[in-house]
Amino acid sequence: MDPRMTPEELDQIAETERAAQSQFTQRVNVCVAAGCLSCQSQAVKDALDQEVARRGTKDHCQVKGVGCMGLCSEGPLVSTKVVSTSAGVLYKKVEAADGPAILDSLNGDPVSHLVCPTDVPFFQRQKKIVLENSGVVDPERIEDYVAANGYTALIMVLTEMSPREVVDEVTKSGLRGRGGAGYPTGLKWSTVSKSVGTQKYVICNADEGDPGAFMDRSVLESDPHRVLEGMLIAGYAVGASEAYIYVRAEYPLAIKRLRTAIRQAERVGLLGSNICGTRFSFSIDLRLGAGAFVCGEETALIASVEGKRGMPRPRPPYPAMSGLFGQPTLINNVETYANIAPIIRNGGEWYAKIGTEKSKGTKVFALAGRVENTGLVEVPMGISLREMVFEIGGGIPEGRKFKAVQTGGPSGGCLPADCLDMPVDYESLAKAGSIMGSGGMIVMDESSCMVDVAKYFMDFCMTESCGKCIPCRVGTYQMHRILTAVGNMTATEQDLKVLHELCDLLKHTSLCGLGQSAPNPVVSTLRSFGEEYRAHIEDHKCPAGVCGQQPQGETA
Amino acid sequence: MPSYVAKPTPPNQDKRWKLVDATIRRQGQQARGLIETLHTVQEAFGYLDTQALRYVAMSLRVPLSRAYGVATFYHFFTLKPAGEHTCVICMGTACYIKGAPQLLDAVQRDLGIVPGETTADKKVSLLTARCLGSCGLAPAVVYDQEVAGKVGTAAIREHLKKWTRA
Repeated sequence: MDPRMTPEELDQIAETERAAQSQFTQRVNVCVAAGCLSCQSQAVKDALDQEVARRGTKDHCQVKGVGCMGLCSEGPLVSTKVVSTSAGVLYKKVEAADGPAILDSLNGDPVSHLVCPTDVPFFQRQKKIVLENSGVVDPERIEDYVAANGYTALIMVLTEMSPREVVDEVTKSGLRGRGGAGYPTGLKWSTVSKSVGTQKYVICNADEGDPGAFMDRSVLESDPHRVLEGMLIAGYAVGASEAYIYVRAEYPLAIKRLRTAIRQAERVGLLGSNICGTRFSFSIDLRLGAGAFVCGEETALIASVEGKRGMPRPRPPYPAMSGLFGQPTLINNVETYANIAPIIRNGGEWYAKIGTEKSKGTKVFALAGRVENTGLVEVPMGISLREMVFEIGGGIPEGRKFKAVQTGGPSGGCLPADCLDMPVDYESLAKAGSIMGSGGMIVMDESSCMVDVAKYFMDFCMTESCGKCIPCRVGTYQMHRILTAVGNMTATEQDLKVLHELCDLLKHTSLCGLGQSAPNPVVSTLRSFGEEYRAHIEDHKCPAGVCGQQPQGETA
Repeated sequence: MPSYVAKPTPPNQDKRWKLVDATIRRQGQQARGLIETLHTVQEAFGYLDTQALRYVAMSLRVPLSRAYGVATFYHFFTLKPAGEHTCVICMGTACYIKGAPQLLDAVQRDLGIVPGETTADKKVSLLTARCLGSCGLAPAVVYDQEVAGKVGTAAIREHLKKWTRA
């Protein structure tokens, strides 16, 4: 059989799959993304499978493993739906033994003690574009993705649009890079498409290194085909035929699902040569990262894909001109690619209507730390921090007081309570001394000491500095030394002055983003929580009671 | 340009070298395949020793210094064999502010080793991770590939006791 499929054949797959699915009048979806899997959701799914087999209801009751449903702190999550009444229920903290009760509930009332209310802001305030398939489709079956309108954007692009029109559509959408810097995606695509080279490359940056961020992992685990489709469209638009996904080796499940997805797409001819009978050929290969934070920086990432030490190099030339193996290369983040298919399907104008004037669309955030609801949320740009923390996040647990929210990982800053009413978009966050970053959002309460937090991030940057440029290699070490002294109550006024100077020096003289942004956590805490630094230096006291004590082991 | 340098023979008869050779072939015996090949070696043997680095460097025609440089640059690669069990404590931001330092402290005192080391009886290796991405379940710990969430000091001690006793 010719593996090259025609658009009609793809429709056929979708029709067949939809017909097969319409047989099922009762549906049970079990989250099998990493968060719930580590709470034994596989056992829950196996138990449900067995129970369905035992009851002999296999022909109309479907048990399906799906991607992340968002509320990771309440996992394992299971959602049920009865088609005839279209009543859906979400269950939290499900155990394998709850299987029979859940199946009984399909013909009666919900299992009350497991119900997770979905009429709360955590679910109601979200707007799902990137995550629309997460928790709905089976990440390990291409048919399921195709039935959910998957790859229709690719077909549309290949059969009806010129590469130029695709770039224009992305430009019109106003989409900006979701990796953190917020560079306009359309502009990047158009630069690469105009570059001249014998071979162009597309790279997907899935080296999600920020501690406290797990958006990309979740997208890859829940909806890998969406990322492949985005990359295919990008390849067509810029004229590339080879692509790499650079994914962290620490994400074994994401790697496994990506490999499966690539194999499936190759089998049906959506990857390979002459896709859908057109002249467009495209292949995608995985490259595993090996645990170096600096490889999130694009030039370091390219060095790593080439099999070298992941060290950045000065730009220009930008990768768009001279990237992988010296050829024009398009690098985008996972979430950026995941936005492409809906933009093509619904048009750039539709996307541009969402969000704020300069930050369009939605953003996925990983909400974690001292907050009631932790998990993955996708919200329109421009939502206020207060809504994020207190409505979606459900506020601070144990009646404690909000202190700060940290965005952007080690390159970002800590935003204090008076920033709560600020809208979340690229410009506002930058103005407040933080960055959008890849989407990690960590809430802290009064039990966190801001000096300790600054020290934590500086320790991170110090260890992760690649050592190529001196401001970063030595500067992070010196800053860490001073912050340690502040924590040990031995720092002086002079130290604080040097700390300020070092912040400035690193920002302006480091080679790459890692060093340039390493002072951000210090700058932002010095600005908003200067009194805490002074308490450590002048009064030799840590207001939060974290520093200066021997760490105590018996807390639990 | 075709090269006529003979491909080196594996250091010994171990069947696992076949996996390594397969990766080397798939990468076209090119220097760009260095990281992928080291991943395969580590997956097969658990760590990278000098003999393996030498073999990979020769097969891909890169200087040994470069193979060693790459192996030591990336945290994921280890040059020492791991113990029978590994315990990885996540030190990501969410875990950090939810008590990962206390967990680490307790384990360090119980086992008498620091992260990156293995106990003298080769039973347990202790490692820290930058972030596992299980932030919703902070603090998270990986016991031999199994992720456990919301771990308390008592729980981690209990788990490690099982390993050290057996």
